[in-house]
Amino acid sequence: MEEKVLMKGNEALAEGAIRAGCRHYFGYPITPQTEIAAYMSRRMPHVGGIFLQAESEIAAVNMVLGAASAGVRAMTSSSSPGISLKSEGISYLAGSDLPCVIVNIQRAGPGLGGIQPSQADYYLATKSPGHGDLHMLVFAPSTVQEMADLISHAFNKADEYRVPAMILGDGMLGQMMEPVILPAEREVKTSKPWAANGHQNKRPHNIINSLFLEADILENRILDRYKRYAVIEHNETRAENFMTDDAKILIIAYGASARIAKSALTAARKEGIAAGLLRPITLWPFPVKEINAAAENARDILTVELSMGQMVTDVKLAVQGRRPVHFFGRTGGMMPTPEDVLEEIRKIERNGSI
Amino acid sequence: MSTSGILFAGFGGQGLLFSGKILATAGLIENREVSWLPSYGPEMRGGTANCSVRLSDEPIGSPIVSKPDILVAMNIPSYHKFISEVVPGGIVVTDSSLVKAHTDRMDIKRFEVEATKISQDEGLDGISNMILVGKLVKESGIISFNTLEKAVHKCVGEKKVHLLEYNIKAIKLGMSL
Repeated sequence: MEEKVLMKGNEALAEGAIRAGCRHYFGYPITPQTEIAAYMSRRMPHVGGIFLQAESEIAAVNMVLGAASAGVRAMTSSSSPGISLKSEGISYLAGSDLPCVIVNIQRAGPGLGGIQPSQADYYLATKSPGHGDLHMLVFAPSTVQEMADLISHAFNKADEYRVPAMILGDGMLGQMMEPVILPAEREVKTSKPWAANGHQNKRPHNIINSLFLEADILENRILDRYKRYAVIEHNETRAENFMTDDAKILIIAYGASARIAKSALTAARKEGIAAGLLRPITLWPFPVKEINAAAENARDILTVELSMGQMVTDVKLAVQGRRPVHFFGRTGGMMPTPEDVLEEIRKIERNGSI
Repeated sequence: MSTSGILFAGFGGQGLLFSGKILATAGLIENREVSWLPSYGPEMRGGTANCSVRLSDEPIGSPIVSKPDILVAMNIPSYHKFISEVVPGGIVVTDSSLVKAHTDRMDIKRFEVEATKISQDEGLDGISNMILVGKLVKESGIISFNTLEKAVHKCVGEKKVHLLEYNIKAIKLGMSL
């Protein structure tokens, strides 16, 4: 078994990607994710891979499109403003049915915003990663260990369903160090008969394309893709339950805010308040079933986010008015302390359902 | 104490992040839960910077140390920023070559070490941080010297092996004060 090592989230993610068989990385520096690019530039030459610093975020995501078209595991990473730039490419990747991984180590927006941690790109990731009818898989790690582990899962699922996948982290997870056991190196044996990697006169040539001028043909392609999305929604949701069995106040939080919520609810338990946490690990597909199961015995739901309230709309849609859904968030790069969240829990406990 | 929050604060370049890494690595060696988080803002370039470390026997939620059990202050702005945040009974170690400031707080244990001056006198230029680490470990008992020594071995890179003994010497010096 691998030894536990102390690593930054960004570096653990980069090493996880390499061990998942990623040999093609294209990026452009931006705080707080630059360590991913730096790590890749150091490691890729030693594993026979490609590190390329593109001239822009847009160039980097289109290099991913090219590499993914050839059937290899490719990724890019950036932080919020850079992900806005990659939107066009993400839409083309989805429209071309190309598997790849895009990492967003979120910082505060809008605009250049700030460089402190944020979760304000939830809508961008889950609702509108680019123009058109499309989804991408969105995974939300909340520890450095998960930064290393989820990236390989993301590559596997992207390949399996031929969709782009995103790792949605934040500046805190990217910058912090924690002990991590790096995942074992895996040999990738995904068959990609659709790849445009040279037909050598042995098969008809493959075309990777997202342009379909005949409306009925395009509609059929989208309908087919949505059948795959339906399978994903059915099979691929993931969430962690923490003390939810007897929870009267159910907290829903992901990533960095889930960590803070965990500390808060542990303190609440010591005060005799039955609080629990449902932590979505997949944000798309959203763990609707899991949330409803955890909310079964809850009186109130509290969503905690580093935003003005984005995931909370999905939580409300999930419970369909069966439970009151409260929201607590900080934004602009501000982090709530566990005490702040504890105070919210106490308020809900005192006031009951409003 | 099952969880300790340690905050190293000072100027960028004083070795705050490295000091934190040594403690976090020591925690890892003792198989404790640990986290390390730098302030990564523009303050790193010349202004005040800080580094949060947690050592715990329980899983760590927030890695941000806003109410430190142990504060190491290496410049005046950091000292003023954080002195009122230290928990009652907490430990404050200051580099008194750089921090000449008074506090009314009677509920903390404060230790002043002329780390910068001592490091210059002892030929340990640039690693006054390790003298302070030695002092904080001695006063808090948060980690054993043996573990600390192992942590230094882990953290000093292969290319800088020649700096190993200086770091160890600085820690020992800090522990002797």
